[in-house]
Amino acid sequence: METERTYSFGGRPGGDARPEEPAPEEQAQTDPVPHVPDDTPVDIEEAFRDSNVQEVLDKLDRELVGLKPIKTRIKETAALLLVDRVRAGVGLPAAVPSLHMSFTGNPGTGKTTVAMRMAEILHRLEYVRKGHLVTVTRDQLVGQYIGHTAPKTKEILKKAMGGVLFIDEAYYLHRPENERDYGSEAIETLLQVMENQRDDLVVILAGYKDRMDQFFQNNPGMHSRIAHHMDFPDYSAEELLDISKLMMEEQQYRFSPEAEETFKEYIELRMQRPNFSNARSVRNALERARLRQANRLFAGGGKGLTKRDLMTIEAEDFRASRVFTELEGNSADGG
Amino acid sequence: MKVTQGTFSFLPELTDEQIKAQIEYALDQGWAVNVEYTDDPHPRNTYWEMWGLPMFDLRDPVGVMEEVQACRDAHPNHYIRVGAFDSTRGWETLRLSFIVNRPEREPGFRLVRQEVDGRQIRYTIESYAVTGNPEGERYGD
Repeated sequence: METERTYSFGGRPGGDARPEEPAPEEQAQTDPVPHVPDDTPVDIEEAFRDSNVQEVLDKLDRELVGLKPIKTRIKETAALLLVDRVRAGVGLPAAVPSLHMSFTGNPGTGKTTVAMRMAEILHRLEYVRKGHLVTVTRDQLVGQYIGHTAPKTKEILKKAMGGVLFIDEAYYLHRPENERDYGSEAIETLLQVMENQRDDLVVILAGYKDRMDQFFQNNPGMHSRIAHHMDFPDYSAEELLDISKLMMEEQQYRFSPEAEETFKEYIELRMQRPNFSNARSVRNALERARLRQANRLFAGGGKGLTKRDLMTIEAEDFRASRVFTELEGNSADGG
Repeated sequence: MKVTQGTFSFLPELTDEQIKAQIEYALDQGWAVNVEYTDDPHPRNTYWEMWGLPMFDLRDPVGVMEEVQACRDAHPNHYIRVGAFDSTRGWETLRLSFIVNRPEREPGFRLVRQEVDGRQIRYTIESYAVTGNPEGERYGD
């Protein structure tokens, strides 16, 4: 093989081309800008504009209600990554940062959505090459028999290369009650890649706070390899109302003024009930309200309807909800 | 004798960087990339052994390069090629295929003359490496 290479170099017109010729050039590439004086001006603003990160951050602000601490953390992370880029630009060492994250929080607090935006931000800052998000759960990582797990995990990892791997409900990977569970094999494979191929992919683990804490306690290796732990707070009633308005707007619906009041009431009651899952519950409630609205319009015989009627959700569409009816039932019992 | 087949076969050996760039191109086109190997260099040997399954839904060449490297480690003295399959209706075929590994020494082919009826002669070619040796023992692995 070597002789062939030399031959092809020698075959070039001009004769004495030396095979070691490209060497100094390569070195210059791997060792960027060796002598930059300390007072070289750097333009972070410009780098920031070039990366278009602001666009994603704005989108994040617009589309996600509340979540102040998370947004702050993301902005901070973006700033760090940007400064690292600029540092590398003037020849200062910038180690490849560990970008693996864990998102903890109750259901419906926006973990998946933020992960998607995160992938986009990392892509704009050129920390991941493609910027796609691969969402998996235990099923897709852990095999069913001996020897099935590692290839399965590796296949998912291959798909996630150049992007972000989002492991939802990551604590299911570790089943302490069954010591022969294949989950630990998946964790091992993951850890290896998380450590050795930090510039190839970013892993985000997500799940409920208490169970994730338990998971990290049982897997200290995992805990130490994740630099960014973000805890997603629950939404307040006002925030949930704002979210519902955004959702309605997307689908070209609107509340009547009474309906808005009723829905606010509904949210407050719903928050007290078990299995409340923040924005997801709101979305489901809206779905059911749409269903009732459609039935109401249909039952009304459909005469004299306008476009506005099709777009408007009325208070009665929420009133029929179990949250209200059961409340009345209870008070009737009590009274 | 350097066996030439597939794309780029008359160029010098591709470097890993170049292989990666080609795979990236294939993935960007939405093709599924696979890795195959063989130790039978006969040009009519179309179906090579598959190294794992074809890799669907990949976005980045790093995953494929890992498989190429794993296959090279397992079969350093085999021919290894990377193929890219286009599943688009109407194509449904291999769109790109190139060799990424070859045995250190390729002895080439022998012309076999078979005398048949009358003075007719039938010609066939036979690889020196293959002759008499079973699969896996042909290039002194």
